[in-house]
Amino acid sequence: MINLPLLPIIIPLFTAIILMFFGKNVSMQKWIGAIATAGTVVASIVLVNTVRTDGIQTVNLGSWEAPFGITMVSDMLSALLVTTTSIITFFVLLYSFRSIGKDRERFYYYPVVQFLLVGVNGAFTTGDIFNLFVFFEVMLMSSYVLIVLGGTKVQLRESIKYILVNIISSALFVVMVAYLYSVLGTLNMADISVKIADVDQPGILTVIAVMFLVVYGLKGAIFPLYFWLPGSYYAPPTPVLALFGALLTKVGVYSIMRTYTLFFYHDTGYTHAILGWLAVITIIVGCIGAIAYWDVKKIIIYNIIIAVGVILFGVSVMSPESLEGSIYYLIHDMIIKAALFLLVGVMIAITGTSNLRKMGGLIKDYPWLGWTFLIATLTLAGIPPFSGFIGKVLLVRGSFAAEAYIGGGMILLSSLFVLYSVIKIFLNGVWGVPKEYDGRNKHNAFYLWGCAVFLVILAVAYGVGAEAVRPLISQASEALADPGIYIQAVLKE
Amino acid sequence: MRTNDVILQTVTTIVSFMIILFSVQLFFAGHYHPGGGFIGGLMTSGALVLLLLAFDIKTVSKILPVDYKLLIAIGLLLAVGTGAGALLFDVPFLTHAYNYFNLPLLGKTSLHTAVIFDTGVYLVVIGVTMTIIQTIGVSE
Repeated sequence: MINLPLLPIIIPLFTAIILMFFGKNVSMQKWIGAIATAGTVVASIVLVNTVRTDGIQTVNLGSWEAPFGITMVSDMLSALLVTTTSIITFFVLLYSFRSIGKDRERFYYYPVVQFLLVGVNGAFTTGDIFNLFVFFEVMLMSSYVLIVLGGTKVQLRESIKYILVNIISSALFVVMVAYLYSVLGTLNMADISVKIADVDQPGILTVIAVMFLVVYGLKGAIFPLYFWLPGSYYAPPTPVLALFGALLTKVGVYSIMRTYTLFFYHDTGYTHAILGWLAVITIIVGCIGAIAYWDVKKIIIYNIIIAVGVILFGVSVMSPESLEGSIYYLIHDMIIKAALFLLVGVMIAITGTSNLRKMGGLIKDYPWLGWTFLIATLTLAGIPPFSGFIGKVLLVRGSFAAEAYIGGGMILLSSLFVLYSVIKIFLNGVWGVPKEYDGRNKHNAFYLWGCAVFLVILAVAYGVGAEAVRPLISQASEALADPGIYIQAVLKE
Repeated sequence: MRTNDVILQTVTTIVSFMIILFSVQLFFAGHYHPGGGFIGGLMTSGALVLLLLAFDIKTVSKILPVDYKLLIAIGLLLAVGTGAGALLFDVPFLTHAYNYFNLPLLGKTSLHTAVIFDTGVYLVVIGVTMTIIQTIGVSE
């Protein structure tokens, strides 16, 4: 079917529209939402399979040929990310059923989640730089609604911050697209790449490259543009936080990956060196934050920043091996961050607090929760059988081969800090002396854990079954390392 | 003391019709002249806002018993449905079709599926504008 790459975008879009008709009928919304999201997952898995056998899939919207119309491109990287996104959204949706609460459900929570899925899947799939902006906005608008929905004081304060930062970065995005368009006269990504190669990236394009780094850095939270993230992500309830932590920053990371491998690969001594140093400092800042806090949500939030740094360092090295590591780590991180946020959410549901000092001894009454959490922490830190390991090995090997010893060393060192920060949650919250808890959502703890555990299983399978996943990742990194493959597929020259 | 705004209300009843006619003209002009669904929708909601100014929310909702949130959904459904109609013919999403028809009264006219898409835009714009204004209007 010719429109297959679009299905993971169209299905949630239709679902969101249909859910708007059932504004007050919450159980109907739940059923339709869950079934449709399962459909999205199936469609995206079929898409991955098609890309694996038949190569990069493209759709020229409205039947207009490649540089003139909008082209949607599903290469292996975007297909994998779309699949990961759909799976995560599915489990977070199930998790929301018992945790988000009637007040939010009755005010269009489920349609907005679907719109978020539209935005993220669209941003991963599009092959047009302005269309990427539009999908960014679809995603951001939905995230504005999700962050403020419920209207508690802290949410209102943080959403103002969040919206302000993102509006500025969106305006900057438009300005940069305008610059790029005035230099090259095209918006199609493959065509942009061809035209940049034609003029061999003069100074003005290097400026634009750095400014794109600023734009995507604001979305993806790299140093020094991460300042809004810890506060803003702390405000919304757990399922929303899981969606944000797993998906939103990763779209920024994906965009940097795409632009820095497809467009601006001619002056790597300058642009990629900046990216590399920023990534290293991002890792350091994330580590400092992750070990500084005694709040379970804050600790995991700072772990997002570490992961962004680790992935981007792989991009800055630009060797096939480090790119492969970056992709592997990106997908691993999306899954495990969602799982960790959901698990932490279960702990908060039981204890009624996110303060680590007020927790303790959860393992006595909730052994299933405790052991799952331990596995999740080991996965996050990259202990060998689990999925964080392979990505980091590839990244470290890639950066040592490229003689980037500082970055490679930082990646290794950061694992220690990551492990320390999450083991701190385990030792103080799960281990230790049991306490009395009065969490309001205690009775749902087992259901909520049930949703999270699927993601943990997925993360473990992703690590144990690395041999099976590896060909997909290699295929994805080939298209990144050689822009010719992507251009060939889109422009069909 | 209640002010008597009979002049405003009388003028509004006439003028709002003219504005709506103008907005429909703008909407249908879209393909060949400046105009289209967005500006047409804004103009129609301009007429509705004038009604809201001259009368109050209750009266207007009695004249036009429309749930504007549903209007957004219907508009989106039209727009996305037009695009997704292409899926049935196995051509890329958003591929439009047009042809010339001999209609009674109008003669030879081109009918284009882009108009259905634009109708969707038109409805969404009205729905969003009116939802915003009415929500702000009733909140204390």
